Amino acid sequence: MAASTLERPLAARPSTWFVWAGMTAFGVFLVGILVAVVVDSFGRQWFDTWLPEGLTTDRYTEAWDRFALGEVVGVTVGVAALVVVISVLVGVPAAYVLARRDFPGKRAIMLLFLLPVLMPPITYGIPLATVMYSFGLGRTLTAVVLVNLVPSVPFVILTMTPFIEQINPAIESAARMCGARTRQVFTRILAPLLVPGILAAAILVLVRTVGLFELTFLVSGPGSDTLVVAIYRGMTSAGGGEARQLISAMSVIYTATMLVMLVVALRFVNPTQLVAQVKETRDD
Amino acid sequence: MSGGGQQTGRATASLRHRLAERGIDPTLLLLVPGLVVALALFVYPFSYGIGLTVQPTAAMQEQWGGGILANYVAFFRDPFVFDSVWLTMRLALPAALFNVLASVPVAMVLRHRFRGKRLLTSLLVLPITLGTVLTAQGLLIFAGRQGWINRALLEFGLIDEPLKLVNNYLGVMFSLVITGFPFAFLLISSYLSGIDPSLERAAKTLGAGWWQRFRRIILPLLAPGLATTFVLTFVLAFSVFPSARLVGDAMGETRVMSLMAFRAFGEQNDYAMASTIALMMGAVELLVVVAVLGLRSLLYRGTTGGKG
Amino acid sequence: MSDFDSLELRGVGRRFGGVDALSGLDLTIKAGEFVALLGPSGCGKSTALNCLAGLLPLTHGEILMDGKRIDTLPPERRGFGMVFQSYALFPHLSVEKNVAFGLQMQGRPRAEIDSRVREAIALVKLGEHARKLPGQLSGGQQQRVAIARAVVLEPSLVLMDEPLSNLDAKLRLDMRTEIRRLHQSLGLTTIYVTHDQEEALSLADRLVVMREGRVQQVGTPDELYESPTSWYVADFMGYRNILSATVVSASGGEAVVQLPGTAEGGARLTGRAVGALAAGDSVRVAIRPDDFVVTQDASDSAGAGAIPGTVSVVEYHGREHAVGVQTGDTMLHARTPTAPQVGGAVWLTAPVERVLVFPESLDAVVPVEVAA
Repeated sequence: MAASTLERPLAARPSTWFVWAGMTAFGVFLVGILVAVVVDSFGRQWFDTWLPEGLTTDRYTEAWDRFALGEVVGVTVGVAALVVVISVLVGVPAAYVLARRDFPGKRAIMLLFLLPVLMPPITYGIPLATVMYSFGLGRTLTAVVLVNLVPSVPFVILTMTPFIEQINPAIESAARMCGARTRQVFTRILAPLLVPGILAAAILVLVRTVGLFELTFLVSGPGSDTLVVAIYRGMTSAGGGEARQLISAMSVIYTATMLVMLVVALRFVNPTQLVAQVKETRDD
Repeated sequence: MSGGGQQTGRATASLRHRLAERGIDPTLLLLVPGLVVALALFVYPFSYGIGLTVQPTAAMQEQWGGGILANYVAFFRDPFVFDSVWLTMRLALPAALFNVLASVPVAMVLRHRFRGKRLLTSLLVLPITLGTVLTAQGLLIFAGRQGWINRALLEFGLIDEPLKLVNNYLGVMFSLVITGFPFAFLLISSYLSGIDPSLERAAKTLGAGWWQRFRRIILPLLAPGLATTFVLTFVLAFSVFPSARLVGDAMGETRVMSLMAFRAFGEQNDYAMASTIALMMGAVELLVVVAVLGLRSLLYRGTTGGKG
Repeated sequence: MSDFDSLELRGVGRRFGGVDALSGLDLTIKAGEFVALLGPSGCGKSTALNCLAGLLPLTHGEILMDGKRIDTLPPERRGFGMVFQSYALFPHLSVEKNVAFGLQMQGRPRAEIDSRVREAIALVKLGEHARKLPGQLSGGQQQRVAIARAVVLEPSLVLMDEPLSNLDAKLRLDMRTEIRRLHQSLGLTTIYVTHDQEEALSLADRLVVMREGRVQQVGTPDELYESPTSWYVADFMGYRNILSATVVSASGGEAVVQLPGTAEGGARLTGRAVGALAAGDSVRVAIRPDDFVVTQDASDSAGAGAIPGTVSVVEYHGREHAVGVQTGDTMLHARTPTAPQVGGAVWLTAPVERVLVFPESLDAVVPVEVAA
């Protein structure tokens, strides 16, 4: 890193060195973990050596058949897509009202939407799962989708509310003054302006839903397990778990799925802009 | 508005006026689907769960007494269960604190423009794609007895026998940092970017050194953001479940509350006791959250630099 | 072009959570008129405009157009046009499409839309920018698009909410002329909200001065400028010196007042009493800076009537100088052709008929409620 391109040489202070050292350690762990899993998944046998003895892709076909991964991936993608669509349809209109209107009980409603995000998933997950089982929904896809809506809908509301707030309300007024009816204001004016925000929220919900373990685990069963849950079950199944390499192969499939979605997400939004607008230090 | 003696004399018009004054109009109907979801899937099960906690099984009542409160008696009296509160805190608090405190200098350094910033930011965000389960699997391989870490340390002669880095407290801590740090970093850097850079430049012209600028300008403006980030990171770490089971010592030093709740739910099928532990978990977490937010409002009253 | 004869507001009011943002607004607007609502921020002028537009539901009163109630109609069915302070252009649509939007909502044929849009864009002189997005235009150009978007519909009423306040000083003057020109050539009935008295005086046929949600005075620019009925309106009309004082004596429509912090018997002013005043009353005295005559020599001054003071500030204003004169506790603003020395002694006099003496209380002049 040539110092000339920096606003100020980063290496100038001991504190900076400390930060870099910490980040290097973090990076080593991160890359180590990732590479270890990938190497393991392609390894024929790997015990007391630096690298496994020989490489193979057999683990993938084996894991695919053994855990019915075709079905599991299908369930994962299907559940995620449904959850995304429902939470956007339900969450965006609610976010619109919360961003634009002042009415009695607004604070209480805000709190109601904030609670599921602040509470540990297990806290509401266990009573919710109990209710699901008592309604005969246990281990069904319906239950998995419903359970995932609990954090997703508030998540969409909480991310979309500030996004809608920053759209000048006079724009909607202007559309009305031009003779647009409520539906036209939504379809012709608001929808195009909301697309980036909805896209960002949708992709984050997708990533969250695919990664959410606790809630899905409580209500899913054979045929409704998502990928994370299948991996967990594989690692903890009776008799010390499945062969390590099979789990690794499954984990790599999971990460690849996730990575593809996140790369797509980052093309549309800068993650650091979700909480506040970023003003990068201008070099003037 | 109290008298209701509207001059219009038309009931519809005056009702319209009264509703308008309170800000009620048909647009509010857009809230309904969201409210239905929240009530049906959150409020109702939650109340149902509270009801369940006071319907203990006969076995529980026999063993612990206390009538309908037997589950609560069991929670506080049974050391196997109650100790999990302490075991959870022992993991979640230091992990959240570390993640937040470590994020500040990293975010400060990454705030400036430099070559390779995108790559570095992406690297920091990567663990989000890994998820807890893969992180656990990776840690088991990478930091296990025969993993690359121990192998390298042995090779360099720094240790004589492999360190025990997983299947204990340390393993769970690693996992919490790896999954929690990127999250804290993202939040902190967005709060940091919400602070007007010209404030720092103004301080510079007034002769403040970098430490004074940080201590007197950045830190007070960042304080509310730090508190929020701490709360969210703590919530994440507090509900640690897969990693406590997979890279921890599930029946020993990482016997966290969520594991106990799940054990009652999935293995013992005692839904009443499971709900009790789950609710107590929420209560304990809420206590910490309220304490932190209270501290925040006590220490800081100005406007925030960023949002929130 | 306007398709109504009169628009009547009867007791229009709007409350927000127990606070009256606007109350008891009675106003009749004739076709073709240019009415300005004038007042500081928070006086209810924008609330009044939004109520009229239908963007804010009323909590009191009604609005009638040629005797028919329109306050129950949603904004899109009132057929009014509006220009917003923040321009409120649709950021994802080009200039053309912004202007065409309203015509499309009316379901006009394509050919008609095209020709009317072209005309409107030409009217605001934005021909070469027709295909640009709002973000690529300057503030003044954006506001012209907003005006074109409002007038292209040939609305029966145009509402303008501080359309010039986001522009810089020079542009503001140009746009003011532009708005005046458009009004004169199109003859559209217009209601214009502003906090700038110069804007209101130069544009409007009639002015409505508002304070705390209530109308303070209604009149032509000339009436308001020459004979404000309260010191509040006077303050808006360029009476920069609004001085708290006490009446020493009052008779025959004239009052003698003493400025605070000056020696007993000194610094007295005689002025025209607006309303009934008696000795001992607290009053506000209003004088325009250019009505003061400044002399630097005691013997020149008109004897006992002159207020002695010390020059504390001198500002160069081209042909004349603005002078701040300290007398007792108050600073008086005056204008002179020659610059006096800072720190020097001066004497100020003002003709009796140009000094207005108002009762301190503002509520007394409000016709609806008389303060106890």
